[in-house]
Amino acid sequence: MEQYALIMRHEDGGKVASPEQMESWMKQTMDWIGGIAAQNKFVGGTGLPFDDARVVHAGNMVTNGPFGDIKETIGGFITVKAESVEEAVEFAKGCPVLQGEGNTVEVRRIARDH
Amino acid sequence: MEQQELIPHLFRTEFRKIVAVLGKHFGAGHLDVAEDLASDTFAAALETWPYRGIPANPTAWLYAVARNKALNYLRRNRHFTREVADQLKKDPDDFQESEIDLSEGNIRDSQLQMLFAVCHPAISVPAQVGLALRILCGFGIDEIATAFLTNKETVNKRLFRARETLRREQVAIEYPGEGEIESRLESVLTTLYLLFSEGYYSESREPVIREDLCAEAMRLTALLLEAGPANSPEANALFALMSFQASRLGARQNGSGELILYQDQDESLWDAALIAQGARYLNLASRGSRLSRYHLEAGIAYWHTIKEDTREKWENILYLYNLLLQVAYSPVAALNRTYAFSKIHGKEAAIREAERLKLSGNPYYFTLLGELHSGLDDEKARMHFEKALELARTEADRRVIQQRLGIRK
Repeated sequence: MEQYALIMRHEDGGKVASPEQMESWMKQTMDWIGGIAAQNKFVGGTGLPFDDARVVHAGNMVTNGPFGDIKETIGGFITVKAESVEEAVEFAKGCPVLQGEGNTVEVRRIARDH
Repeated sequence: MEQQELIPHLFRTEFRKIVAVLGKHFGAGHLDVAEDLASDTFAAALETWPYRGIPANPTAWLYAVARNKALNYLRRNRHFTREVADQLKKDPDDFQESEIDLSEGNIRDSQLQMLFAVCHPAISVPAQVGLALRILCGFGIDEIATAFLTNKETVNKRLFRARETLRREQVAIEYPGEGEIESRLESVLTTLYLLFSEGYYSESREPVIREDLCAEAMRLTALLLEAGPANSPEANALFALMSFQASRLGARQNGSGELILYQDQDESLWDAALIAQGARYLNLASRGSRLSRYHLEAGIAYWHTIKEDTREKWENILYLYNLLLQVAYSPVAALNRTYAFSKIHGKEAAIREAERLKLSGNPYYFTLLGELHSGLDDEKARMHFEKALELARTEADRRVIQQRLGIRK
């Protein structure tokens, strides 16, 4: 069994959602993760808030951001167990982030020691 | 009270106290001696009382006899006394004459310390549960074998190995130190949780419900909560969970011991005092930042104390199962989560979720699928219930499925 990271990318993370939309999005995400956990395939994961984010550049230059309004920001990731990349892709297909136009979930295998 | 009732009653309440105190006195390496002396004490009662009458205070009589037997044993077995004294770093002569304290306070402390010793991580979890039943609940080997659907030899072997481990690891019968309490408490809570669950609903043994196991688990958990440092949020959450679940024990079986499913239970038989107790302890558990599996399960159990089928109830249950599965996966939690999912998202969506669970060896998986297909495709529902019937391991489960199939026996 391999582990895969499912990385959620937002086309426009700065979009302002209504509290109702946020509530619904939160529940959908929890159901998505709960469904994976119910198959005993969930490893871990987290959202990545934009507030207080920093980017460290070469030469140790530090800038604020990324801000949600730039293209292609990472909103969070989860790690799952899967027999194959196809199975991991099936998990990714259920991600509520994909309801947003232009959003993507990137599936990447996690390297192992052996 | 008749003698036939008195002895089993005293055995239930006093055997474990004598074992705990003597075990504590001799050290964890000599639990077998403590058990033998406690058994001898009851044998002495049986030899004496029928002829001389039952003493005015039978408990005090038992304690006095146990104390004498222990002191005699120490005098007669010099080798044993030296060994014990040496292990406990005491002078053999002093130790031989030292007071065996059967006061209420020392009994409670000894039992609590014994609970931590018995749940030592070096001992396998099934052996921890078995040892707890023997040493802390005074269960006989037969009873433990019945409770875990195994034979006496297996139980004896398991307990023997566990006692050997206590000896080899030189586990002290004491309260774990500050730095250790958290990790040690975790295995104590696991054992208490398993003990309760085994009594609340067994998937593999008849009768499927054993209230005595639940009561013992609750008694030990209450004992744990009385002690300062072990009174953690997790322990409170576990006690809340037990209280909520136990509130329905009286409503889960009919007069002939048949299981009554949740939706068919008479909620006026639910124990309101236990529900209130659960709420009180869940409140006490709500400190700290860690959301343990016991918190989540207690939360789920709380929502089940509200019979009315509201969207709010099932949304909360689904939310809690989603979290529970992330901290503690189990097939039964996965199936229950899917049932809650159906209450919010409908049966078709839940069937898709269920089919991903890959639990095709589990009878409850097919019961769930049967339930979800009912009303959508009754032929499919019937096929799933039949498959469940084939896989069911207890008569109680079979009867429930037969009812769903409309088969009356």
